[in-house]
Amino acid sequence: MSREVHNGPTDETHARGTPYSGDPAGGTGAPPSLDKLPLDSWHRDRGARMVPFAGYEMPVQYEGIIAEHLWTRENAGLFDVSHMGQLLVHGRGVDSALEKLMPGDFQAALDMKPKYSLLLGEDGGIVDDLMVTRRGEDFYIVVNGATKQGDIAYMERRLPGEVFIDYMKEQALLALQGPRAADVLETILPGANELGFMQGRPFNWRGHNLWASRSGYTGEDGFEISVPAVAAADLANAITASALVKPIGLGARDSLRLEAGLPLYGHDLDDKTTPVMAGLTFAINKRRRIDGGFAGALRILAEIEKGPIERRVGLEVEGRQPVREGALVLDGEGNEVGRITSGGFSPSLQRPIAMGYVAASLAENGTALKLEQRGKLFDARVTPMPFVPHRYHRKGASA
Amino acid sequence: MSLYFTKEHEWIRIDGDTATIGISDHAQEQLGDIVFAEVPEPGKRLSKGQEAAVVESVKAASDVYAPVSGEVVEGNSKVTGDPSLVNSDPEGEGWFFKLKLDNPGELDGLMEEAAYREWLGSL
Repeated sequence: MSREVHNGPTDETHARGTPYSGDPAGGTGAPPSLDKLPLDSWHRDRGARMVPFAGYEMPVQYEGIIAEHLWTRENAGLFDVSHMGQLLVHGRGVDSALEKLMPGDFQAALDMKPKYSLLLGEDGGIVDDLMVTRRGEDFYIVVNGATKQGDIAYMERRLPGEVFIDYMKEQALLALQGPRAADVLETILPGANELGFMQGRPFNWRGHNLWASRSGYTGEDGFEISVPAVAAADLANAITASALVKPIGLGARDSLRLEAGLPLYGHDLDDKTTPVMAGLTFAINKRRRIDGGFAGALRILAEIEKGPIERRVGLEVEGRQPVREGALVLDGEGNEVGRITSGGFSPSLQRPIAMGYVAASLAENGTALKLEQRGKLFDARVTPMPFVPHRYHRKGASA
Repeated sequence: MSLYFTKEHEWIRIDGDTATIGISDHAQEQLGDIVFAEVPEPGKRLSKGQEAAVVESVKAASDVYAPVSGEVVEGNSKVTGDPSLVNSDPEGEGWFFKLKLDNPGELDGLMEEAAYREWLGSL
């Protein structure tokens, strides 16, 4: 058995040429120097298989991706996402300074309400996708693990001298996701259940300052919790003491976010992709669309008006065989009209699903397309995303 | 009956001039949850080292190579119908295909079970 083709979350590294090492054939190339997560031994004690990802050794799975995926959809899963970068940006005029690099309205941003935003290049390409939360005078920003050093360098170069970036290296980040997440977290952080979707607040837990927001990357209700690294294992133990919670690896994180239609930076988004192509126009604030003044505004505002040349779409693939990142999208005449940027087997739907970019004229729901992977053709159809409905806890909606 | 393994983590069980071929327990464990399998049609001629079957997990796609040359006599329709059989019984019911050996001499280069398990330990 040989010739492994890998994708999934481990290919955030694959985009950067680092081999995935969970395979029988073994990786090739020099072993990269990897950092350890604060919970490294916690994961190993629980039987995690560790793989290189975003410069860290990270748990890709414990008991198995499908079981972990389904458990999260039905109960609650605990994810260690401490590889992600947590930044505190502060200083005089920080809100308007951030508006030069991102298309959000940070001047009017409400306290403790996380917003999805995009770090943009001058040509309108996406440098990273991130979550930005005003916390008083400061902005707490969570960026992707593989891109955090580049993001910090880019922001430092572009922000004025009186705005400072603190990289909160000492903080771990845990995500508790799933329909039972709120029940569990409420017993540990009383008041957590009163948060609505995309709302955060500080907590004190056993003398440690925590920050939790009702947000995540699975399409389920859930929380993301920033905790000092020294307290991370105690908090993980407290959460997994509940029989409703299991630790979940990166493998299921990837299949969950794919079903939820959420793009992964380095795959579905990169610096050649604009927010409009990526279907992320909602992240361009209304005032900013009128005023502009953010990196790439010229191109992005023109694309909003005229439409992009290609669009990110969801695809349902016929048959049972997964079609993965890198496969080509063909029209009825065999012309190349796009590419797959994420694809795999959906554990919830028990069928292959994929995400990719196609020419805008072929992006309508229901459009029949062919996919080509390793010389084999697959029938596929453009389908609305999410593939599996989101179940966020929106205030005012029934619980 | 004798059992051999390859460094590509295939097993070959020999019964007379028929070889049954699958992937090892180590291989299925490394692949994780298997969601797709494709096996060759009877009558197909395979030469040693040729791509013979496909196995895909949630995480990875792999080809299963013919460890020896011969003519396919049967593909296992049970594993194409239920690919998780490769996880639950990789060295038994989860076999991929059977072929009629061209040249039993090709078995000489393969590892016996004890040698394979020892080699695994050294990985």
